[in-house]
Amino acid sequence: MTGADPAPQVAGAAGAPGTAPAVPTRRGTELVMLAFAVVITLAAQCVVDITVTGSLRPELAAFGGWFTALWAVMHVVVRRFAPYADPLLLPAVALLSGLGLTMIHRLDLAGEQVGATATREDAPVQLVWATLGVGLFVAVLLVIRDHRLLSRFAYTLALVGLLLLALPAVLPASISSVNGAKIWIRLAGFSIQPGEFAKICLIVFFAAYLVDKRDVLALASRRVMGLELPRGRDLGPVVVAWLLSILVLVFERDLGSSLLLFGIFVVMLYVATERASWLVIGVGLFGAGAFLAYQLFGHVQVRVDTWLDPFAYRDEGGYQMVQSLLGLGTGGLFGAGLGGGRPDQVPVAKSDFIAAAIGEELGLFGLVAVIIVYLVLVERGLRSSLIVRDAFGKLLAAGLAFAVAWQVFVVLGGVTGLLPLTGLTTPFVAYGGSSLVANFALLAILVRISDAARRPAAPPVQPGPPQRAMLGEAPTEVVRP
Amino acid sequence: MNAPLRRVAISVLVLFTLLIVNVNYIQVVRSEELRADPGNRRVIYEEYDRQRGSIVVDGTEIALSVETDDDLTYLRQYPQGPLYAAVTGYYSVRYGARGIERTENDVLTGDDARLFTQRLSDLFTGRDPSGGDVVLTLDAATQQAAMAGLEGVTGAVVALEPSTGAILALASTPTFDPNLLSSHDAQGVADYAAGLEAADPDPRLNRAISDNYPPGSVFKVIVSAAALSSGEYTPDTVIPAPDLLTLPGTSTTLENFNGSRCDPSGEQPLIDALTISCNTAFALLGIELGEDRVREMAEAFGMDGEGLDIPMGTVGSSVGDIESDAALGQSSIGQRDVRMTPLQAAMVAAGVANDGTLMRPYLVDQLRAPDLTVIEQADPDELSEPVSPEVADQLTEMMVSVVAEGSGRAARIPGIDVAGKTGTAQVAPDVPDHNWFIGFAPADDPQIAVAVFVANGGGTGGDVSAPIARRVMEAYLEGGGG
Repeated sequence: MTGADPAPQVAGAAGAPGTAPAVPTRRGTELVMLAFAVVITLAAQCVVDITVTGSLRPELAAFGGWFTALWAVMHVVVRRFAPYADPLLLPAVALLSGLGLTMIHRLDLAGEQVGATATREDAPVQLVWATLGVGLFVAVLLVIRDHRLLSRFAYTLALVGLLLLALPAVLPASISSVNGAKIWIRLAGFSIQPGEFAKICLIVFFAAYLVDKRDVLALASRRVMGLELPRGRDLGPVVVAWLLSILVLVFERDLGSSLLLFGIFVVMLYVATERASWLVIGVGLFGAGAFLAYQLFGHVQVRVDTWLDPFAYRDEGGYQMVQSLLGLGTGGLFGAGLGGGRPDQVPVAKSDFIAAAIGEELGLFGLVAVIIVYLVLVERGLRSSLIVRDAFGKLLAAGLAFAVAWQVFVVLGGVTGLLPLTGLTTPFVAYGGSSLVANFALLAILVRISDAARRPAAPPVQPGPPQRAMLGEAPTEVVRP
Repeated sequence: MNAPLRRVAISVLVLFTLLIVNVNYIQVVRSEELRADPGNRRVIYEEYDRQRGSIVVDGTEIALSVETDDDLTYLRQYPQGPLYAAVTGYYSVRYGARGIERTENDVLTGDDARLFTQRLSDLFTGRDPSGGDVVLTLDAATQQAAMAGLEGVTGAVVALEPSTGAILALASTPTFDPNLLSSHDAQGVADYAAGLEAADPDPRLNRAISDNYPPGSVFKVIVSAAALSSGEYTPDTVIPAPDLLTLPGTSTTLENFNGSRCDPSGEQPLIDALTISCNTAFALLGIELGEDRVREMAEAFGMDGEGLDIPMGTVGSSVGDIESDAALGQSSIGQRDVRMTPLQAAMVAAGVANDGTLMRPYLVDQLRAPDLTVIEQADPDELSEPVSPEVADQLTEMMVSVVAEGSGRAARIPGIDVAGKTGTAQVAPDVPDHNWFIGFAPADDPQIAVAVFVANGGGTGGDVSAPIARRVMEAYLEGGGG
């Protein structure tokens, strides 16, 4: 048996100098898929215009050119600065955002149709936000040439994230409150949801922190019913994260962000430590928190009650939910066709309930297709996480990909009645500038990590210990000259 | 960290599968239920997005859809709303459709299978799809005369073309304005509906077809028909006509209208008994004929069955249970449990008028595609042959006598022989009688058969209902109808 299979070892060994096989960059695949997504978007735009107004709008050419240019720029930048990036990330997002823009335009038209006064054209605004998002994407790719750079700013980002998260809570309600949730900053006609950016900052921090502390957190003190429980004093971080999400819930009345942040943290903790006990503790803490919140806060009770039986509250709190379900049901298997339904019957269809609009007009097939595209995006992100070599990159990619998955699950689950409603947005699709721009930044980091994951390992430039996370052992000052 | 990562990847797959399963549940399993939910305005919007076809009488649209600026693209309008309300019904966002609007909905919306090729060509030519038209058999002048005649009273008029069964007029009062139920002003519609709900007598009740009433002496035409058909009687057969009749096996007495005397001799020819509407004579005649013959004749004229669809559903008319000769006597003069709709009463007149052949009454003459091609033309259909042509002639002779010199003189039209029969039905003590008249004209070549019903008119069929019938028949004959 000896010496029978040396080949796999060689192939598997990273960093065989000079002999690394040429890894295909797959940029051509990405280009074809992007073209596919752009063509689908433009076709959908034509269908909407013709169905609703009978003719193509004059601005359609400009929109088409602009939208195509955005993805061309993204593609070129990726080709140049992240050539080994996963080829499916960009096309998936292109399709989602194109579909989102189309649905928003379609709902704009519906608003004009019923002769509502002072209808705002939201689709062009969303296109501007998308352009800003692409700008941020390019900036992130250009500035952060190595994702490990991010770990150096972990504590700074944590501080920024917490500030962003806390800002709406301390601002007066006139600036920060929309429909009861204090998660906005509204200035000079623009509204931003700082929580969307806070999410990314905190994920970076979680990744850096957990990589640093994972050995300690993985220490078990005793086994209880087959679970290896961590030591009592190591419970600190998870309790802090839990308190944080409770605070968000209490002061910002934002069920969604609270659930989102805590879920992401627990999953990252689990991935870092490989201890299922953290999941159990997390779920337990969440359950306790949810129960307390239900007992203490009226708005949480209303949410849960309307979730359990929206039709009983159809004229009050359940109206939106009922309209969403009626739209989905009317859409049926194939949907009413783009422009053929009445998705404007659902209040705030452009943002929170855009999935209901998609389900009504594109039917079950359309909505499931959207869910599958999200699944592709998330699983490609997790795949990058699997194959990237450094622990920080692994954890960061996992956190970001899971954040998208968790957010999609919570939002779509809410809109379709699987979960109580939360105020989260549907990533890349829903109307909302902060969400879109922030998610483009998230995408940039994922692209960066996937590039590192698939890039053939360079011969070690500096021999020596691998650059592992430097947080604990070395304060950030060390790297500064 | 790869082992937990894989588990996370699988968990995501599971979560998304949950989403997909749930979406399937909502969009497939619960789809029908959600689509039909009363709170789902999408179905209504879809319906109002298409131009609904018109309902046409004599080339004039009596119901049409016009484009609006509001949320619902098309508004249903009834230019002469109250006049035709008993036929058109209404088309309401809140209360749905009634009348022809309901029964012919598929054609009016364009969903009817016969309009399929039209829809297909609309699809390819890019024309906005629209519904087909429904052309009614009504005659505008006759309908107007019927409604004018019923002004101020509660009642109904049904006029038929005897040779085809085509309905020339169908009116019921008090009426309502379908425009106010079909409006897009939800509050206005609700207020108007509440007013109708509270009104007494109920304007929503279609008295011509949706309720039945004791016909009184109108039923004597059927008893006469049974007698003549038996072969044992002619119009000149002398039958007993006492002043007072004690019903067999009881101490109940039956007298003539206002206690009057039919004939000093206590007997009279059948034709005279009908002419003056002698109660005792017909009670005895019915008893003499027996329940079977009377009931069979009533059934041959359409009673005792399910109501016909004209196409609106109608309630049936009935002779009722007859458990004794006493009951038979009372039933033979159209009292006790005998009930007729005004439509049924008109059918009795029409059957006699059409040489004893009763045609199935119908309201829809043509269905037309939006391009005016006829997709269906009514085909007159024989319902039954209650009496032979000979008996029909004898009945006509007797009914002409009623109008010429009997209780129906108020229906006389100068220069034209009119056949008819009055009816004054007791409802309850201290409640005014119902007043009926059925008839047809001209007697030798009947063009129109009519039934007039005035609820609790308080007079007799002769002085309350006969003039209305005359007005209706005149309007049709002067208009050159037929």
